This record gives sequence, C-alpha cells and structure tokens, in this order.
Amino acid sequence: MSVDLSQFLQTFFEESFEGLDTMESGLLELDPAQPDAETLNNVFRAAHSIKGGAGTFGLSAVSDFTHRMETLLDRLRDGKQAVTPDAVNVLLSAVDCLRGMLAAIQNDQALDADAISTAQRQLDEQLGQVPAGDAVPAPPQGAGGGHTAGPEGTPPRGSGPGGGGGGWWIRFEPQPHLFATGNDPRRLFQALQDLGELEVEADPSGLPPFEQLDPETCQLAWTLRLHADVDEAAVREVFEWVEDDARLEIRPLGAAGTEPAPVAEAGSAVASADEPPAPGGGAAPAAGDGRKPAARRGNAGGGGNSSSIRVDTEKIDALIDMVGELVITQSMLSQIGKEFTAERLEELQDGLAQLERNTRELQENVMRIRMVPISFAYSRLPRIVHDTSRALGKVVEFQMEGEQTELDKTVMEKIIDPLVHLVRNSVDHGIEAPEERAAAGKPETGTITIEAYHKGGNIIIEIADDGRGINRDKLLAKARSAGLVEDGSELPDEQIYDLIFHPGLSTHDQATEYSGRGVGMDVVKRNVRSLSGNISVRSSHGQGTTITISLPLTLSILDGQLFRVGDQTYIVPLVSVIESLQVDAGKVSRVTGRGEVYHWREGYVPIVRLHELFDTEPVRRELGGGLMVIVEDEETYLGVFVDDLLDQQQVVIKSLEANYLQVPGIAGATILGDGTVALILDIAGLIEMSRGGRRQPYIPEREDSDEAA
Amino acid sequence: MSQDSEAGTLGEDRKAAALGSGADTVDAMQAAADGDQYLTFTLGEEEYGVDILRVQEIKGWQRVTPIPNTPHYVKGVINLRGTIVPVIDLRERFGMSAQEYSKFTVVVMVRVLSTGGRERIMGLVVDALSEVYTFQSEQIRPAPEFGAALRTNFIRGLATVDDSKMVIILDVDELLSDEDLAIADDQSRIAEVVRAAGPGGQDHE
Repeated sequence: MSVDLSQFLQTFFEESFEGLDTMESGLLELDPAQPDAETLNNVFRAAHSIKGGAGTFGLSAVSDFTHRMETLLDRLRDGKQAVTPDAVNVLLSAVDCLRGMLAAIQNDQALDADAISTAQRQLDEQLGQVPAGDAVPAPPQGAGGGHTAGPEGTPPRGSGPGGGGGGWWIRFEPQPHLFATGNDPRRLFQALQDLGELEVEADPSGLPPFEQLDPETCQLAWTLRLHADVDEAAVREVFEWVEDDARLEIRPLGAAGTEPAPVAEAGSAVASADEPPAPGGGAAPAAGDGRKPAARRGNAGGGGNSSSIRVDTEKIDALIDMVGELVITQSMLSQIGKEFTAERLEELQDGLAQLERNTRELQENVMRIRMVPISFAYSRLPRIVHDTSRALGKVVEFQMEGEQTELDKTVMEKIIDPLVHLVRNSVDHGIEAPEERAAAGKPETGTITIEAYHKGGNIIIEIADDGRGINRDKLLAKARSAGLVEDGSELPDEQIYDLIFHPGLSTHDQATEYSGRGVGMDVVKRNVRSLSGNISVRSSHGQGTTITISLPLTLSILDGQLFRVGDQTYIVPLVSVIESLQVDAGKVSRVTGRGEVYHWREGYVPIVRLHELFDTEPVRRELGGGLMVIVEDEETYLGVFVDDLLDQQQVVIKSLEANYLQVPGIAGATILGDGTVALILDIAGLIEMSRGGRRQPYIPEREDSDEAA
Repeated sequence: MSQDSEAGTLGEDRKAAALGSGADTVDAMQAAADGDQYLTFTLGEEEYGVDILRVQEIKGWQRVTPIPNTPHYVKGVINLRGTIVPVIDLRERFGMSAQEYSKFTVVVMVRVLSTGGRERIMGLVVDALSEVYTFQSEQIRPAPEFGAALRTNFIRGLATVDDSKMVIILDVDELLSDEDLAIADDQSRIAEVVRAAGPGGQDHE
C-alpha cells in the first residue's frame, strides 16, 4: 500500500483546476428557467472526480467540501430542488473557494478557514439543512447499486468513529469486475490481518449455478470481523483502492464482538460517497486538516510549478508519421549518395526537395504542439461578465466565437489578463444600465461579443459591445486638459481613440470597484506590445466600441526579410515591411541640414542609415540608387537604408538576453543556414533610436522583482 | 553544426586534451580534497586563473556577429550549439593592446552567475591556455588596495606558483556583471590595476 502518490499529485491539481473551470463555465451556462440536464451532469461529474481525487490523496478538507457541493448538485440534477440563481451563485462561490483551497495546498500554504466555513455554510443553507453531523434522513438510493457513488445526502457520521476499541465488522461486496482491476481480496485480507486478528466468512449466496460460473468474475461477498484496536481510517485505508469497485460497510463491533445493530441501511454506508479515505499515514482525518498532506508533498521535494502542456494524441501521431517520412527520405538520399553518378542528379534534386518538404512539415507540426485553443483564455470571461454585470445591475449577454482558434501557449497565458480587463471594461464602461438603454431605444440586454480568428500569420481577437461608445469630444477635452493634446489642434479619430491607452486618462466620471481609474488600458497595451502584437479601438458614440487585438501566432518563428549592411546580415520581420524600393535621389530632402527624409506616398518618411545607427562600415553610403526598406510600427514609418536585399525566409528566434543583455533595436538573433548568427531588428526600438533614444544595452534591475508590471 | 562545435585547433593540445576529457576523476577527487583547481591562461606576460568548475568548454576562435552599441570588448555573439553566446576579449577588457585573432586564439567558455541567480554562458578570448593549478584557499592572497577609485572587485586574489610566478585569480561573476557588459568602463584604470598587480606587462599599451 505504500505507492508514492506524490508523483500523481501534480496531475491531480491540473485536472482539478480544469474540472473547476468546467464547473464554472457549466454553472454560468445554466439557465435557471430551463436547466439543461447535460450541463448539470457535466458540473456534477467534474465535482465528483475532484472529490474522488482528493480522497485518494488524503485531502480530507477538499473532499469534504466537494462532497457538499456534489450533494447540492445531485439534488438539482434529480429535480429535488429547483435551480435558482441563488443556488448557482452559491455554487460559483464554492468553486472559487475550492480553487483557493487547492491552490493553497499546491503551494503549501495554510487554508483560508473563514472562506471555507462561509462557503460551507452557504452550501448547507442551500441544502436546507442543519449543520452536518445531525442525522438527516438519507434520500432513497439510486437504482444502480452502491457503485454509482451518488451522494446520499448527509453521511450519517457520528455513529461510527470513536468506537474502534472493540474492533470492526466489515461487509465487503465486490463488484464482479474486481479481478479485472487487478485487485485480489486475499491480499486485502492479509493487510487486515496485519492489523489484528481477523475472522473471514465468505458469502457464496451470489454464486450462479456451476454451468454459468465465470471464473474471471468475483461473485463472492465476505463478512469480516477484525479484532484490533485500530481506528476506522486504518481499516478504510486497506480498501482504498477497491472502494469504487465494491460495496463496503464498516461498523464497530459491539462490546462482546457481536454483530452491530444495522444502522441506516439505505446505502448510507457506501464508502465512496461517505467519508473520504484517510491519509496514508493512517491518522484520523481531523476536520479542516489540509496541511498534513501539503507538508508531505513538500517533503517529496515536489518541483510543483513545472509547466506542462496537454497535447492531442492526434498531433503526436502526425509527428511520428512525419518523422517516419523523414527517415525514408534520408535513407533514399544516402542511397543516392553512395552510388552517385551524373545521371542521378535529377533523383538527388527530387530527394532534396522532398527533404525540404519533410523538414518544413515537421517544423510546422512541432510548432503546433505548443498551440492551444483560445477557449482556455475565454474560460474566465463569462464569470467576469456575470459577476460584474450583476454587481452593476446591468443585463448583458456574452457571446464567444472562434473558441477553437489556436495560438501559442505562452501567448495565450499572457493575453488572459488583458482580455479579462477589456471585457470587464466593456461591461462597466460600455454597456449602459437597462433604463438608459431603453431610453436610447436599444434592447435592455446589452451584448458583448468576443471573437477570435486567424488572419495571415496573426490571430485577431475582437471584443465588441453595443454600449454607449466612447465620447470622442469628452476624451479629447480630457486629453487637452491633461496637456496631452495641444489646444486647437485637430486629431484624426483613430488617434483620439488611441488616447484611451494613455496612462491616467479615463472618461469615466466615477471610478467604480471594477474599472475607471484610468490605470489598466495602458497596461493592456503594454502587455499586447510585449507579445509583439497590436491593439486598436473603433467606436461610434451611442453605438458601441470594438477593440481589436492582433497577435503573432507564435513567438518563436518569424517570417523575415534578410538584408545586408557591410559584412553583416540582418533580418526584419516581414509583417513590418511595407515596401522595398530603390532610392530616387530626387526624392531625398534634408531637414535642418541633417535629418534626411524621403518623399513617399504623399508623405515623408525619415531615413535611417543602419550603419550609422549601428556604427558599422557599410559598402555603400550614397543614397541615390541604393536600396531602402520602408518599415512600419504602429503607423510610424521609417526608411531603412541597406546595402543589399537578400531572401525572405522563416527564421527561428533565439534570445540574446539568455546569455547577454537586451539591446535596443535588436529583437533577438537567429542562426542562418551556414551556422552563423544574424540579428533580428526590433522596429519599434529602431524608431526610438532614430529619434535619439537609448542605444546602450539595458541593465536589468538589481533586485529580481517580478512585480514590476 | 559539427563545424563550430569542434572549432579549430587549440594552441596547446596537451592541456586542452587534459581538460577536454574531463581530467582523470581520480585526480579531480584528489584535488578536491586538498584545494580548488584553477585553469590558467596568459594575456601577454601575465597569467590569469579561473575556477575550473566554471569552465564549460574551450573552443577555437570563430567569426562572431557584432552587436551594435556595446562596449568594444564585447566582440559579438556566436552560435554555441543553437544558443546565442557573447564573446568578450579579455585583453581589450583590461585595456591591453588588441591582438589579431588567429586559428590559435582560444575562447574559454565560462558559466557566469549574475543577479537573480541567472546562469549565463560567455566566451573569453585569451592568448593561450597555460596550466591547471591546485591552490588551497590560504594560498590565494587578497589583491592589494589600489585606492578607492580603482575597481579590483573582479580580482579574487593573487596566488604564487613556484615562489616566482604570480597568477591573478579572476572572479568571473564580477568581471562579467551586467554593468560591465553594457557600458564600457574606464579601461585605463582597469589597465592600471592589472599592471600594478602583475610583475610584467609594462610593454602593453
């Protein structure tokens, strides 16, 4: 029985958090008027597996708590109790509480006893029952027998524990498939024997006639009498692995070791729905005890926070297929290489083309492993809308589209917070109160839509609401009074709406608990920018606001335009390249004798000579007739003067910071086909440098504070 | 790929072989029992040592990709089996006259621990490898003070070999701190420190 469970603990946490997300989204979907049975079932199943897992790991506080939720859910599911908004809210806060408990255990922290008891009390109120412990008549048991493990109301505790002095009477009725699960009753009995004197009595009444006997099924049941001074938990521990596959009753033996009076026969003693199994140590689980198992995990040296990713088996199968093809191509090529003659040149070329195709496919598919559907990021949003709109007395319908759109896991993790912020903003600032909407001739229910889709090499996320929109004039007035925009100057709408990303600017007159302090949008923008993405706003007063985020699918591969300055190759991201052109000397002008600008598309773009910015020796200094790449970042254009344009190719981004420092104007490096390193330019950084910004590498802060953001 | 990992002929094959094969474990254990081992190399007339446990590998000089707007002694970055690693010229770092690189120029790849416990790999360009010495901690004397204005924090101490030769033991973490990698120091002062500390070396500059 001494299996080291700690190795599975991490998986348990991951699965539990996923289960909690499922519960949360299910509960939010639930329409009190017409509760969907399947949704309720899903929520119930998620709760049930968390309870089961917690029991296995001896996290009694968690399994006790989940048991209450499960009980309530079961009643709702069976229609014994109506699905009310209150019940849903209580369950939602229970989900939060449970998430907190699990997180605390995972991080070896103390449990928040107050929060737990509050949530428990709310659950109990919903169950309409006096605190657990006092007997409540158990509802009749479902038809499927004990193993369905449905909750049976309040477990009749109080009758059992504490009476272990005289030993235990155990009724053990395994399911027929017991042997198939690798369990052998004999070993269980031996384990019991280790605890003390054991009497075993087999009950063959379940045996079929001989000709129908299947030796691979277990048709026997047993009654055991254990004469040992151990507590119930120790006995339960023996049956820990079989309790889901058996009906188990454990009662204290009478003083004289006689049969105990049967109590509450109505299935109440089914172990899996009853008390949680005891922790491995065999100590009786004390109420509210969550620290013990946590401490044990700590001892196991758990590298708790290693991040992992769940990958579809399909994706892995595809990879294996591709590697198989690669191997075939390789052996074909080596065959050609061994007996190469000039006639086989074509064959060799074909082979190389195939190799290229294989490599590209393999690369694409390896990248796909890191891709996860955006629904993970969506999952928190309905709750935010639900809570915020309730608190603000607004009625909001929230629609999510494109949940299956995939993006890189790292990108996704970093975009969750900005999305939460934007959606909350939409509820708070965007959508009006029902009366106001009615007065404006709009439906009282506001609509917020979030949509994700792929476009080119980017993923686009749009958050749209049909609320009041941004008051353009008010925003402009605020910006003027804050000195951000000069008096009297007119700005295009785009730039005005862009002002909402400016720190400290909010059009909301009153800050609410949820938003309106003007902090946030600038952080959102910064986060998006740090993922090399873009964010823009469209709004029309009274009609609504749409915020569009554009993000790269992955952070590690980039389509680049290669070019050369001096003896070095550089790369610019292809998405930033607007045009490559030959410089017409007649279109070059100078501003104050120094700054060079180029007349391009009815405007002027500043020219940057990379060799000057980077202080290197160029091949060509003369602008006229030379080559220039027009690049763009956030609608700011720059003409980069280069010696020579090379290929466009996909490059793998490597960090310069990993072993060195962050360098202005440089986004990273890559390794070219010949094994040498080429630098990837950071357009935003270049623009800043060209305006006289910082050039020297950034020195990280001395304190390693992660809270800088 | 194999090209750059094998990278060139080493100046002193014998020592490189002794190092590359991870020295005899028996020797290493012996050494651990009675002191720490230091890999020494020369810059001009001077001999410097670094903790051998910080040395990851030794490579020949290969073409680097320069990084713009960095101190001149940061020669650039190379591809070390798929990671990007900076290469620092120690001669230039100490303000000595620069030297032509040849296929005998040696790059010592060292592990540097920087702020926040981050471990980084960096290459040090040196003239030639010298020896592997074992020093007891009491054999390493603190470097003399050269006044408050002079930085000596990257010199862990001075050790003497055979009563005549001095080895300057470097603290790579201090030598290659973030500030040093980002902003060119006043090299003449560092050069002074080195010159004053070393027995020879007047002819460099």
